[in-house]
Amino acid sequence: MSYTRVLRCRKCGQEYPIKPMNLCELCLSPLEVTYDYQAMRGAVSREKFASGPISMWRYKDLLPVEDDVIDIGTGYTPLTKATNLGKELGLEQLYIKNDGVNPTYSFKDRPVSTGVTKAREFGFKAVACASTGNLAASVAAHAAKARMKAYVFVPSNTEPGKLVGAAIYGPTLVVVKGSYDDVNRLCSTLAQRYKWGFININLRPYYAEGSKTLAYEVVEQLGWRAPDCVVYPVGSGLSFTRIWKGLGELAMLGLTGPVNTHMYLVQAAGASPIVNAFQSGSQHVNPVIPNTVATSIAMGNPADGYYALKIARESEGGACAVTDEELIAGMKLLAQTEGIFAEATGGAVIASLKKLAAAGTIKKDQVTVAYITGAGPRSQEVVSDIVKPFVVEPNLESFEKVLGNEITK
Amino acid sequence: MVKKAKKTVKRQVMFTFPEKLITEPLIYNLGIQFHVVTNIRRADVTESKGWVVLELEGDETDIEKGLAWMTGKGVRVDPVVGDIVEG
Ligand SMILES: [Zn+2]
Repeated sequence: MSYTRVLRCRKCGQEYPIKPMNLCELCLSPLEVTYDYQAMRGAVSREKFASGPISMWRYKDLLPVEDDVIDIGTGYTPLTKATNLGKELGLEQLYIKNDGVNPTYSFKDRPVSTGVTKAREFGFKAVACASTGNLAASVAAHAAKARMKAYVFVPSNTEPGKLVGAAIYGPTLVVVKGSYDDVNRLCSTLAQRYKWGFININLRPYYAEGSKTLAYEVVEQLGWRAPDCVVYPVGSGLSFTRIWKGLGELAMLGLTGPVNTHMYLVQAAGASPIVNAFQSGSQHVNPVIPNTVATSIAMGNPADGYYALKIARESEGGACAVTDEELIAGMKLLAQTEGIFAEATGGAVIASLKKLAAAGTIKKDQVTVAYITGAGPRSQEVVSDIVKPFVVEPNLESFEKVLGNEITK
Repeated sequence: MVKKAKKTVKRQVMFTFPEKLITEPLIYNLGIQFHVVTNIRRADVTESKGWVVLELEGDETDIEKGLAWMTGKGVRVDPVVGDIVEG
């Protein structure tokens, strides 16, 4: 059993029973899962978490799921002290949360695991999503494990090579002739027409909650303290809001002291509607047409933009956008200092971190966690210019001549 | 001649208006010309910009035509659920 109470509208507070729905019927704002924290408080402890499975499911009591979960081994990813990168950027307490080592190589396994578990509880026979990368792979993998049917929709301009990571799990893969907006439109029609669990439509409130484990794990790994600063890449803004929620819950449950974390959201300059709003002092996030190599966060109309923006402001954090050139440099810097190959989105995090540290916004003694939300191999093409090998004849003379000063004696 | 059956649906959308269109009665005209019921739930309109979140109810084809007409007028039309396609 779970400690789930009701769905509540984030805007007007209207409550709804736990069922597959994502928008308030009154004001059309997003709905959020609420819990009976008083009962939860009596059931959780640091010791109980520590003795749980080495996965995100050690925090099951804080998630909206009932009994059996669909677990492909997600979570409890490494939190590494980044001493080399820290030196480079002038940060003494820098940590990398490497979520690229999840089963399908991105953090999406956390929310998808929760969303698909809930889909099965609701009695859906099929789950669906629209994605060109990480989400597609994760939904397909979880559906395979749950023995459910999966529909994965992709825009027709997606390179076939990008789809292997999803196709391998055997979903029904549908290429939609048309643009991203055409896919959006078709999917919202299908979501109304068929009894499917659409991962980021009718399952969205549950899907969202899985991302709270990004906060829980970091706090536990830091010895039950919240970081001073979080730097996180933002597309729809959903998981950013759930990290904040997760931190707040731990404090509310008496597992940590009060939260004073500054939340910094990161976007690519080619898809930065939330950063634009932050910088212009606006309350409203105006949609844009995305254009960046960081496809995992290339969202022009972020569903939770308003709430992500609010958290960046209220936590006295910030919002930072970097160009494609800067984020590619960020990918290389992370790989060459810490041995971590992140996808393009992770490069945006590192490039932003560099800017925030250089400006003195993040101070050198602040405990700072930079989240890497996906692994590099899925973004290989953006750094293919890195391959510049020495070419030698198969003899010593040629080797020494070609490499010259590169040889360490 | 076979007449296509009408199919009533609801659609939740956000309109973003550029400055030059703020004073035009576009939502009114959308309702009248395309027989679409427009039900505004949230909005913020100032002299320089504006957005409106609303629910449309009507025949599916009429709604499609109406939204295409809005787009043609220079209004940005987005689903309220935000982008569904994720990376
Ligand atoms: Zn509401």
